Amino acid sequence: MTSQVNALHDHDHAHDHEHHDAGASVELGFWLYLMTDCILFASAFAAYAVLVGNVAGGVAGHDIFELKFVLVETFALLFSSITYGFAMISGHKGNKAGLLGWLAVTFLFGATFIGMELHEFGALIAEGHGPDKSAFLSGFFALVGMHGLHVTAGLIWMAVMMLEVIKTGLTGRAMTRLNCLSMFWHFLDIVWICVFTVVYLKGAI
Amino acid sequence: MFGKLTLEAIPFHEPIIMGALSGAGLLGLALIAAITKFGKWGYLWKEWLTSVDHKKIGVMYIIVALVMLLRGFADALMMRTQLAMATGGAHGIFPPEHYDQIFTAHGVIMIIFMAMPFMTGLMNIVVPLQIGARDVAFPFLNSLSFWLLVASAALVNISLGVGEFAKTGWVAYPPLSELAYSPGVGVDYYIWALQISGIGTTLTAINFLVTILKMRAPGMKLMQMPIFTWTCTWANVLIVSSFPILTGALAMLTLDRYLDFHFFTSEAGGNPMMYLNLFWAWGHPEVYILVLPAFGIFSEVISTFSGKRLFGHTSMIIASGVISVLGFMVWLHHFFTMGSGASVNAFFGIATMVISVPTGVKLFNWLFTIFRGRLRFTAPVMWTLGFMITFSIGGMTGVLMAIPGADFVLHNSLFLIAHFHNTIIGGAVFGYLAGFAFWFPKAFGFKLNERLGKAAFWFWQSGFFFAFVPLYVLGFLGMTRRLNHTDNPLWTPWLYIACIGAVLIAIGIGCQLLQLFVSLRDRKQLADVSGDPWNGHTLEWSISSPPPFYNFATLPQVHDIDAFTDMKEKGVAYDIPKQYAPIHMPKNTAAGVYIGGFTLACGFALIWHIWWLAIVGLLGIVGSMLARAYDNDKDYYVQPEEIEAIERERFEKMGIDFDRYDERDSNNRPHKAKTLEQV
Repeated sequence: MTSQVNALHDHDHAHDHEHHDAGASVELGFWLYLMTDCILFASAFAAYAVLVGNVAGGVAGHDIFELKFVLVETFALLFSSITYGFAMISGHKGNKAGLLGWLAVTFLFGATFIGMELHEFGALIAEGHGPDKSAFLSGFFALVGMHGLHVTAGLIWMAVMMLEVIKTGLTGRAMTRLNCLSMFWHFLDIVWICVFTVVYLKGAI
Repeated sequence: MFGKLTLEAIPFHEPIIMGALSGAGLLGLALIAAITKFGKWGYLWKEWLTSVDHKKIGVMYIIVALVMLLRGFADALMMRTQLAMATGGAHGIFPPEHYDQIFTAHGVIMIIFMAMPFMTGLMNIVVPLQIGARDVAFPFLNSLSFWLLVASAALVNISLGVGEFAKTGWVAYPPLSELAYSPGVGVDYYIWALQISGIGTTLTAINFLVTILKMRAPGMKLMQMPIFTWTCTWANVLIVSSFPILTGALAMLTLDRYLDFHFFTSEAGGNPMMYLNLFWAWGHPEVYILVLPAFGIFSEVISTFSGKRLFGHTSMIIASGVISVLGFMVWLHHFFTMGSGASVNAFFGIATMVISVPTGVKLFNWLFTIFRGRLRFTAPVMWTLGFMITFSIGGMTGVLMAIPGADFVLHNSLFLIAHFHNTIIGGAVFGYLAGFAFWFPKAFGFKLNERLGKAAFWFWQSGFFFAFVPLYVLGFLGMTRRLNHTDNPLWTPWLYIACIGAVLIAIGIGCQLLQLFVSLRDRKQLADVSGDPWNGHTLEWSISSPPPFYNFATLPQVHDIDAFTDMKEKGVAYDIPKQYAPIHMPKNTAAGVYIGGFTLACGFALIWHIWWLAIVGLLGIVGSMLARAYDNDKDYYVQPEEIEAIERERFEKMGIDFDRYDERDSNNRPHKAKTLEQV
C-alpha cells in the first residue's frame, strides 16, 4: 500500500509539479525541529555556565569528574555515530541485513553510553552529590541528563525502526525516518562534544 | 490515589468563583444539549474535531481564541471594577489572594490563549491559500498542535474550579514562583499550561516554515510572497528561535519545584535573575510574534481597499526581518532597574529605540499606499486607521521607556501597563480583528454586517483611550501595577474613568457578538458568490468562498506579487481547465484528539502529583503517536469527477458557463479525465 502511494506520488511529481517530495519535506521539518532542540540545549548550556561557580560550599567539577571514565563514554557515543553512518550506507545500497547489523552495533554503543551515564549519576547521588545540593550540581544534572534523555529517546526510536525494517523492508518511508534518526543521532553527538568540552574538560581543570 | 487532590481543592466557599463556574457549566450543558438535539455529534466529530483541513483547524483556533477572549476580558472587567471600588481605603470585592490570580490569569490568557491562537488561526486559514497550496506540509501535525493548545487551555480553565491559578503575575518570577513561596498548585498549572501550548506553537511554526519553503505555487518566488505570508514567516522564524528558550526556562522551574533543583531558588547558589533573562529572551520576541502578522494584515487591508499595490513590498519584508532580528537584542529593557549597570542598560536602551526605525518604515509604507488611492472605509480599514494612530502613541511611549533613566521612574508603574496594552491592543488585537472581518467571507462564504462592525470599532477605539490614557496618568502619579486596593484621593477619578473605558470595550465586544449573530441570520443577503468580495490582490480571493476542501482545483501559475490582480488584468482569473487531474489529499484522523486528551490527563496528573495517571498519559501519548506512525491509511485521491462537480457548482453560481466546450478539446472533456487506475 505504502509503496503504491509513493509510486503514484512520484509519478504526479514528475508530471505536473503539483506535489513536492514528501520525504524531503519531512527531512527539512525534522531539521528545523533539531534547530529548536539546539536552542533548548543552548539554554541549558547558558544556565550551566551561569551556575557553574555556585557550588554552595559543596563539590566543584574537579572534585567529582573522572575524565578517563567519561572519555570511554564519549568514545562509545562517537563510535556509534560512525556505525550509524555505516548503517545508512548499507541502507542506501538496499542491504537490509547490513543496515540491521550496523543499527544493532549502534544501539549497543548507545546503550553502553547511557549505562555509563546512569552509573556516573548513581555514584554521584550515592556520595551525596545529588542535584539538590547546589546550583552547580542542578545545572550539571539537568544539562547532562537532558542529553541522556535525548539519547534514550533515540535508542527507543532505533529499536522501533529496526522492527519496522524487519517487518516491511527498506521502504521509502523507512528510509526517510532513518534519515531523520540519522540527523538526530549525529546532532546528539555534536552536543555531547560540547558537553564533554564545556562540562568535563573545563571542569576538570 | 489522587495525589494532592482532595475535595477541598474546589472553592465551594467562594461565591464569585462558584457563580462563574455554574454559569460556564450551564452554558456548556446548553451547548451539549443543543448538539445532541440536532444530532450534530457525528458531524462535529467527522467534519471538525478530527479534521486535518487547515481552514477548519484555523476556524477552530479562532473559536478557542474568542472564547478565551471572553474569559480574559471578564478578568479585565473584574480588575477594573475592583480598582474603581477599592479606593480611599475601601477593600473592594476581591481579597488579595483571589485578585492576584485574576491578574495572572488575565495576562496568561490574553497572550497565550487569546492572541496566539487568534494569530495562528488566521495564519492557518490564509497562508496556504495565499501561496496556492492545498494544505500545510504536515496536516496531522497541524491538528496535533491545535489539540495541544486545547489541552493547555483546558488546564487553565480547570484551575478556576479545581485548586487555584498562579498568584505570581503572568511572568512567574522566582523566587516567588518557587515552592518555598508558592506552595500551592497555581504555579504548576501555569507551568504545564504554558509548556504544552508552547510545544504546540513550536510544532506549528515548523509546519508553516516547511509549507512556505516547499509548497508555494509554481512561479512564486520568495520575494513575491504576499506580505501577510511574509510577516507570518518572520513570526515563525521567531517562534522556532525563541520558544525553546521558554521551554528550557519552564523546565528548569519545573525541576526546581518537583525535584528540589536550585536553578532559581534563593538558596544553594540559585540565580533568580537567570529566569528573568531566559523568560524575556523568549518574551520579547513573543510580542513581535504577535504583532508582525498583524502588520501583515494591515498591509493586505490597506492595499486592497486603496485599490493599489502595497507601497514598498520589498522594504516591508526587510523591515519585518530587521524587527525580528532586533527583537532578540532588547530583552533586558524589561528589567533595567535590576542591577545590570549603566553600560549594559545603555546598549539595550539604544537597541530598543532602533526598533522604531523599521516600524516607522512600515508606517510610511502604509501612508504612501493610501496616498492617491481611493480608500474604501470598510470595517477592516477602520481598524487599520485606528491602529496607525493608537500604535504610534504606544510606540512613542515605548521609546520613552527605553531611556533607562526614565524607566527607573516608570518601571512596573501603570504607565508600563498602559504602554504594552497600547501596542498589543492597538497593534496585535486591532490587526486580528481587521483580519477577522477581512477574511471572514473567505472562510464562511458571507460578509459580516458592516454597521455593527464599525460600531464595534468605535466602542473598542474610544473604550481603549478611556481605559488606558488614565493609566498613563496614574503611572506618572506613582501608582504601581498589581495593587489590590489603594488609598490616594488623587488616583480615584482616573480609576473611575478607566473603569468606564473597560465598559465601553465590553460594549464593543457585545457589538461583535451581535454582529456574528446578525450576519449569520442575514447570510443570504451578505453572501459572497464570487469568492472575491473586496476586489482582492492575492490568490486566496481567486477561489470560491468558502474554498473547496482541496483549495485549488488546478494549481495557479504565479507571475507577480499581486498574483490574482495580475490574473484579472490578463483575463485569465476564471479560466476553466480542459481537464482536472486527481488531487492527493490527507484523510482525517482522530489521533490528534487522542494525543491532546492524553496530554491533558498527563498535565493534570503532574500538577496534582497523581503519578500513575501521569504515566498512563505519557504511555497514551507515545502509543497514539506510534499507532499514527504505522497507520497506512493516511491519504487518498480526489477524483476528477468530484472536482468537476464542485467547480461546476461554483462557476454556475457566478453565472459563468462551465461548458464552454469551444474553448476545450472535446476529446478531453472533464468527465473523460483519467481515473486513478489509468494514471
